[in-house]
Amino acid sequence: MRTRPSARAGQYAALLAYLIFLAFPFLWLLSTAFKPPRELGSLHPTWIPRHPTLANFRQAFDEQPLLHAALNSLLAALGAAVIAVLIATPMAYVMARHRTRLARAASGWVVVSQAFPFVLIIIPLFLVLKRLRLIDSLAGLTVVYVVWSLPFALWMLVGYVRAVPVELEEAAAVDGAGRLRTLISVTAPLLAPGIAATALFAFITAWNEFFFALVLLKSPGNQTLPVVLTHFIGAEGVADLGPLAAAAFLATLPSLVVFALLQRRITGGLIAGAVKS
Amino acid sequence: MRTRITMAVAALLLLLAGCSSGGRQHGGPVTLRFQSLAWQQESVAANKELVREWNAAHPDVQVEYVQGDWDSVHDQLLTSFEGGEAPDVIHDASDDLADFAYGGDLADLSGLLPARLKSYIPARSWRATTFGKGVYGVPFLQEPRVLIANSAWLRTAKVRIPTPRHPWSWAEFREITARLSGDGKYGVAWPLKEPVSVTLNLGLSAGGTLFQRGSDGKVSVRFGAGDAVVPRTVRDQIARDRSAPASTLGSGGSDTLPGFFGGRYAMVPLGFSYRQQIEQQAPKGFKWEVLPAPAGADGLTQGVSPQTLSVSQDCPHKKEAAQFIDFLLRPKNMVRLALGDWMLPTGTDALADPALHTADHGWATGTALAAHLRPAPAQSVRGYPEWKDKIATPAFQEYYSGAIGLAALRERLEQDGNLVLARYQR
Repeated sequence: MRTRPSARAGQYAALLAYLIFLAFPFLWLLSTAFKPPRELGSLHPTWIPRHPTLANFRQAFDEQPLLHAALNSLLAALGAAVIAVLIATPMAYVMARHRTRLARAASGWVVVSQAFPFVLIIIPLFLVLKRLRLIDSLAGLTVVYVVWSLPFALWMLVGYVRAVPVELEEAAAVDGAGRLRTLISVTAPLLAPGIAATALFAFITAWNEFFFALVLLKSPGNQTLPVVLTHFIGAEGVADLGPLAAAAFLATLPSLVVFALLQRRITGGLIAGAVKS
Repeated sequence: MRTRITMAVAALLLLLAGCSSGGRQHGGPVTLRFQSLAWQQESVAANKELVREWNAAHPDVQVEYVQGDWDSVHDQLLTSFEGGEAPDVIHDASDDLADFAYGGDLADLSGLLPARLKSYIPARSWRATTFGKGVYGVPFLQEPRVLIANSAWLRTAKVRIPTPRHPWSWAEFREITARLSGDGKYGVAWPLKEPVSVTLNLGLSAGGTLFQRGSDGKVSVRFGAGDAVVPRTVRDQIARDRSAPASTLGSGGSDTLPGFFGGRYAMVPLGFSYRQQIEQQAPKGFKWEVLPAPAGADGLTQGVSPQTLSVSQDCPHKKEAAQFIDFLLRPKNMVRLALGDWMLPTGTDALADPALHTADHGWATGTALAAHLRPAPAQSVRGYPEWKDKIATPAFQEYYSGAIGLAALRERLEQDGNLVLARYQR
């Protein structure tokens, strides 16, 4: 079915408007990061800074250990993403392929566990991690992020596993492949987009997380980027807006890079055409 | 394939091993962790410099500077206290200390501080950190609320410029803001995102005594005539005189600055430390000045919650921690901290420093107000945070927006409020 040119133009216009809407916060952040203080207090703010400056970036780097904090965030977020995927993938496979009562109960628990607020679990969690000597360590924080993202990761992956036709596994079995061989050579590649999406979710969740990092890390050398960003904010919400915007702009970049790297995997549609009906 | 999986797992384990912290070293010098909430560039620099000086002079007691933040300090400390991992020296505000002090999380400093430091900070400031019989923090910086004014506008309008000796009365303030208004411009903009502390603290000038402590030590809310002066003035400016815009009622102080610089408002009531932002952001040629807040029956009196330094009850080296606090708050050091934060020191010797008496940036006006500052009314009231969040904030917001009248405001603050406070005082 062919779309009329006018309808297509309308679709593109709507898409463009939506993209601009989505990009607005990021573009405004970018603009603010390059504005000198006097332009930040203007009653008539402009999109393009009249006197663009790098001073906000200089000040941000001078005042706070941004690179070190970014490295800490990266280690915790990558660790959380990798471990969450390693744990969630086989679990999701079992839950998707073996629909027992236990699997259904586990699915229900996964949904319920998402309802617990941070403040309810933070003190018990703090005490448990203290007993394990994992307070003030990125390893401890990574464990927390894994536990925190695991239920949702599992939920996501169960859906992806169910989308992989079981006939493919049966065909592999007919061809003589063992269970493990089938999982590694047949199922896992087809799950790649799902695994990439799940890893991205776990990475971004951990990268942006603030409260656990604030409470569990004490040494300045261990602090993550979201915690360091708050150091530009004072009492009663007063903020050093220029350096804060500069640092926040830099903080968004790794998420964008990881997304760009995984994006093809997510949208690649590796399953397309795998089964002819 | 197996090799690849093994390598991935090994890499992961190495990654986690690399992430682990080394933990606290045993033996060697005493190490104190000092969590500071300083955030402005000069303030952070002053704090770090003082820590460096201390560390250089005290090889046996080393201090580690840890950056905290105002927004989440309460939750962070609460968790740290519960887990026994709190910083040794704690920077906070006095109105955040009551629950920690009564909960046994903070050390009583009364026997640890030198007489010199005790005598050099006025008794009224110590009242902000005294809970029961103990002293749980050293008050060291404070900021009054002042009027930041567009100098040219005020002079063109030929209004009387108030001074700490001859401030405006609340009635005169209302009259002047009405004179300055018109054509889409306003005499004043009230940023009332946090209406309770502003109203209560300024209310002391008019003799407001909202929290009454009975002979049994229990606190109750009684909204008297003095308590009504400030809210009624603000409400009248917004609803009757149209000399204050309703649009800033939900704003924070920073949000009003573009309108102030753009010539939309003649004055903005702000904390004294906002001067730093104004100095940074004001357009070239924009002339501004600091005026005292209006005075009522009790003169320029207003409530403040000083910034404080406390010691954790779990700190194994309380004596050394108190010595470090004493070093930080020596008069010259207190001046450095005050200048860095654009705030007033509590110490009388520090307040006398010439650097704080220049006309530049309104320092002299601020220091002239220091003697009139009292602990905020809610300072030692248990249950105040809940009263503020659940009762007072919505009640004041509704009153200022015109949704309810003064009688309803009084009823909500007293009846509903006393039910909340009673739960904490059984």
